[in-house]
Amino acid sequence: MASIDIRNVRKNFGIVSVLHGVDLSIENGEFVVLVGPSGCGKSTLLRMIAGLEEVTEGEIRIDGMRVNERAPKDRDIAMVFQSYALYPHMNVAENMSYGLRIRKAAREKITAAVSNAARKLELQPLLARRPKALSGGQRQRVAMGRAIVRQPKAFLFDEPLSNLDARLREQMRAEIKKLHRDLGATSIYVTHDQIEAMTLADRIVAMHEGVVQQVGSPLQLYDRPANLFVAGFIGSPAMNFLSARYEVGAGTAGARLPDGTLIGLSSGYQLEEGAAVTLGIRPEHVEMSPGSESSLRATVDLIEPTGFGIILHLGLHGLPFNVFTLERAALTAGPTVTVAFPPQHLHLFDETGMRALESSLQKGKG
Amino acid sequence: MNNYSTFGTALHRLAILCYVLFALFPLFWLLKVSVTPNDLLYSEGVRMWPSRMSFEHFRFVLAHSAFPVFFRNSMIVAGATAVIVTLLASLSGYALSRFTFRGKYWLVALMLLTQMFPLVMLVAPIFKMLSPLGLTNSLTGLVVVYTAFNIPFATFLMQSFFDGIPKELEEAAKIDGATQFMAFRQIVLPLTLPGIAATLGFVFTAAWSELLFALMLISGNSAATFPVGLLTFVSKFSVDFGQMMAAGVLALIPACLFFLFIQRYLVQGLTAGAVKG
Repeated sequence: MASIDIRNVRKNFGIVSVLHGVDLSIENGEFVVLVGPSGCGKSTLLRMIAGLEEVTEGEIRIDGMRVNERAPKDRDIAMVFQSYALYPHMNVAENMSYGLRIRKAAREKITAAVSNAARKLELQPLLARRPKALSGGQRQRVAMGRAIVRQPKAFLFDEPLSNLDARLREQMRAEIKKLHRDLGATSIYVTHDQIEAMTLADRIVAMHEGVVQQVGSPLQLYDRPANLFVAGFIGSPAMNFLSARYEVGAGTAGARLPDGTLIGLSSGYQLEEGAAVTLGIRPEHVEMSPGSESSLRATVDLIEPTGFGIILHLGLHGLPFNVFTLERAALTAGPTVTVAFPPQHLHLFDETGMRALESSLQKGKG
Repeated sequence: MNNYSTFGTALHRLAILCYVLFALFPLFWLLKVSVTPNDLLYSEGVRMWPSRMSFEHFRFVLAHSAFPVFFRNSMIVAGATAVIVTLLASLSGYALSRFTFRGKYWLVALMLLTQMFPLVMLVAPIFKMLSPLGLTNSLTGLVVVYTAFNIPFATFLMQSFFDGIPKELEEAAKIDGATQFMAFRQIVLPLTLPGIAATLGFVFTAAWSELLFALMLISGNSAATFPVGLLTFVSKFSVDFGQMMAAGVLALIPACLFFLFIQRYLVQGLTAGAVKG
């Protein structure tokens, strides 16, 4: 097991810069998920840690040792690929033992390690099969088995579940979590699937356009997104955004929508009076009860029942706006509905898209 | 609809059959003439099979002509060319498939350019170059020339086979603890056997049947390859068709054996199951 330190790491492909200075410290035994849309640089970062891509600038340390110049084989890490990358001309046992055989481990040690891993992953009956005779889920398991037999310092996962169907993905997700609980190995996991990120991670690293946007526990990212990107990326259906102007009065603060409606806020913010802001609210936090002062009327465009709940696609002043509710009554919603925003669930972002800093409300002002 | 598809299949098969018959007929004729005794060759008219078979041409070709020498020369030239070209093309094809390096684009363009000239244009300059080196009238000279001409295409062929092997396999091997060369030898090479077999086969056949350069660079029987040797059956006043065809049939044997030997590697699908399939 090992800690991994990434210091001001940059990566250029020719004149294209894909990582603009990433800093990240991963503790011994931690499960860190790199999440972001395609092209955000998360896979490149993982491949740099593995040693498959050169580091243009900055430093990567595994267990305190600089590894920039080390070949992948000398870094003592294991990687699970999206495509599994099993050796087609070797059977399952040979695939799993390749790393040990190449390192000239003792025969008994290899047999023990393989059968141990096979038992953990329920691969014993498949040891003599070639990869082409395995199902997708089984191949995935073999790929994981190949990673664990060597007991490396760290595990790297590059979107390992993307090629599986939805049900299998859920199952394997739970297995990966269990495996991490049992082995306690430092793991870095790349995905664009935010559910995987939320469920697996001790810490999530949200990335966008080669820059780390926020690092934190899954609930930190969900509850207090640092900027508009994280707010919009984490959570499904995605957070709603409305432009507004910040207003502060005697003991109250609010956001004035373009149509004049004032949305009450639960606290003050370190913002100028009249500053342009973006108001964010998650679809699951919108209330549909009429009567509140700051309620708004919205037109119903589309109703999507998911079984568990209902997603309402609304139009609010001509802009799309989503609501997620567990109320079955929403299925029969009329052409318009009333929505209200509970102040404790509102997120406020300043002009630059960063989360606005809160401040205590000054009573009696104005 | 069903009737239509049955009819379509039948038509399809019939077309293939016609093509196969068309392609194989010259070979059949070769065989037929080679077993026809001389006295029946012109006297029986056009028949699909002679009324009396004889192996006298084969006996003569093997025992009294220089054919065994031609045959041995061809084996040496084609075998050496195939092995050398495949070895070099594997390495260069791998480099083109996996590495980015300065001048790669121009190198590929240059290799493509060499494929654009009619060989006839090059006969005289090549003769001029090989003559002072003492490589005319020698098997080594032929191997050098054939190797040079076959490498570009073989490189492209091998490159396409390497391109078909997922890069992740090598990366996985490297992370597992292999060096670049070990990953190449233990992971990539076994998966490229079909490609290597195809390249071997292609180059061997090309060198086996090459006539133009063999004719120009070789004089005399001692270093003649079999295509040149076949011409010795054409004399000033007559063509000994029976012996020529018998020699032709014998020359087909190594090529057939060679393909029989490599055909199991030619069967694709070895890489199935490596990555998501």
